[in-house]
Amino acid sequence: MNTQVKEVKLAPIRNGTVIDHIASGQALNVMKILGVNENNIDSSISIGIHVSSGKAMEWKDVVKIEDRELDSKTVDKIALIAPDATISIIRDFYVAEKFQVKLDDRVIGLARCSNPNCITNRGEPVDPEFCVIGRHPPVLRCCYCDRILTNISDNLL
Amino acid sequence: MDLYDKDVVSIRDFTRDEIESILDLSQEMVPYALGEKTDRKLDGRILGNLFFEPSTRTKLSFESAAYRLGCDVIDVSEMSMTSISKGETLADTIKMVDAYCDLIVLRHPYEGAARLAAKFSENPVINAGDGAGSHPTQTLLDLFTMREAKGTLEGLNIVLVGDLKYGRTVHSLADALTMFGAKLTLVAPDSLQMPDDIVSHLESNGCHPRKTSVIDDVIDQADVLYVTRIQRERFPDPAEYNKVAGTYRIDNAMLREAKSDMIVMHPLPRVGEIAPEVDGTRHARYFKQAFNGVPVRMALLCAILGGGRS
Repeated sequence: MNTQVKEVKLAPIRNGTVIDHIASGQALNVMKILGVNENNIDSSISIGIHVSSGKAMEWKDVVKIEDRELDSKTVDKIALIAPDATISIIRDFYVAEKFQVKLDDRVIGLARCSNPNCITNRGEPVDPEFCVIGRHPPVLRCCYCDRILTNISDNLL
Repeated sequence: MDLYDKDVVSIRDFTRDEIESILDLSQEMVPYALGEKTDRKLDGRILGNLFFEPSTRTKLSFESAAYRLGCDVIDVSEMSMTSISKGETLADTIKMVDAYCDLIVLRHPYEGAARLAAKFSENPVINAGDGAGSHPTQTLLDLFTMREAKGTLEGLNIVLVGDLKYGRTVHSLADALTMFGAKLTLVAPDSLQMPDDIVSHLESNGCHPRKTSVIDDVIDQADVLYVTRIQRERFPDPAEYNKVAGTYRIDNAMLREAKSDMIVMHPLPRVGEIAPEVDGTRHARYFKQAFNGVPVRMALLCAILGGGRS
């Protein structure tokens, strides 16, 4: 029943990507990852915020972006803020591919360290690197300075 | 223990057994550190001592440790004397120095610098302090000093006092003491208490430190009183420093409440945290602690460069 209601709330797309099961409240951060803030998106985007899930997660967010399939780096960034998200690639109204985002044990080059005194913020030729020490929600520890990354969404590269 | 050719970046890289092995080897090094015996087992090797922040004890004790073992030392003591002042990255500096020596000892103002150096160096790197981050060799000599005085590290009541936020020695030390089942009490003004992520790490390892800002409440239970300086250079805002400077001062009147065998330690330099009158008491252990940097660093140099006994 809930599923039917959900389908009515967000119109189907012909081609593009549906990002579902985003942790409630993270849709706007997903939009940031998609680059909406940079005003360089040529396609329509629909957002469902605080949508009933009917599953273990009581509430969720959903983002649909038309005429765009996400590259692996974008998917990896989404995993950092929405580790349960699913990605559906839609082609001609059909789900051509569906998978869950995956948070690897190490996160390299996707976020900067929130410690301004970390050596990775001083122009050295290294990508920021984090160990994943928690997954729900994701908790990252800098492999260089050992600090916990506070506010992941504000530090995404 | 096999530390041959390994980096020493964080105390978290060591197991309890490895730490105990280093402390045992350090004990064997004491007569050599005192000059009572001689040993040149690192003859022909070169230590690169890179100190991009001021240091007296750490730098000198690494040099002393190296010379006692016949190891030569090349060094840099100021960033302004290097190409870093011209904009060279630390990575490039390390790659260059790596070609001149067999082992790099690095002190640097930014956290994570030693980990970065280890990534770019073929030869092993020892972290001699990276910003407010780790100082693992200080931790080892602190543990050595406690074990020497108390016979064991197991179950000691350790009171850490002062700047627990920016003081790198207490972060590494608290981590290590947790491995030995020590009971920790953290005494600091609220603005300088131990960072939450470090306390969480201690708790995940079964240690639940008590926090307070009043030293008088806890001094009578302490086996070790570990005092640290409130470091002006770590404060982004001088006004914040002025609010907390001079919060704690250990003197003989305060020590009347202490156990007779309680020891007072300090990584030094002190700036008024411990009154000079304490120096002559049975509690004072900080100058012995400073000496212990030599045998502990000798043990590390031997183990890493292949001159170890175990």
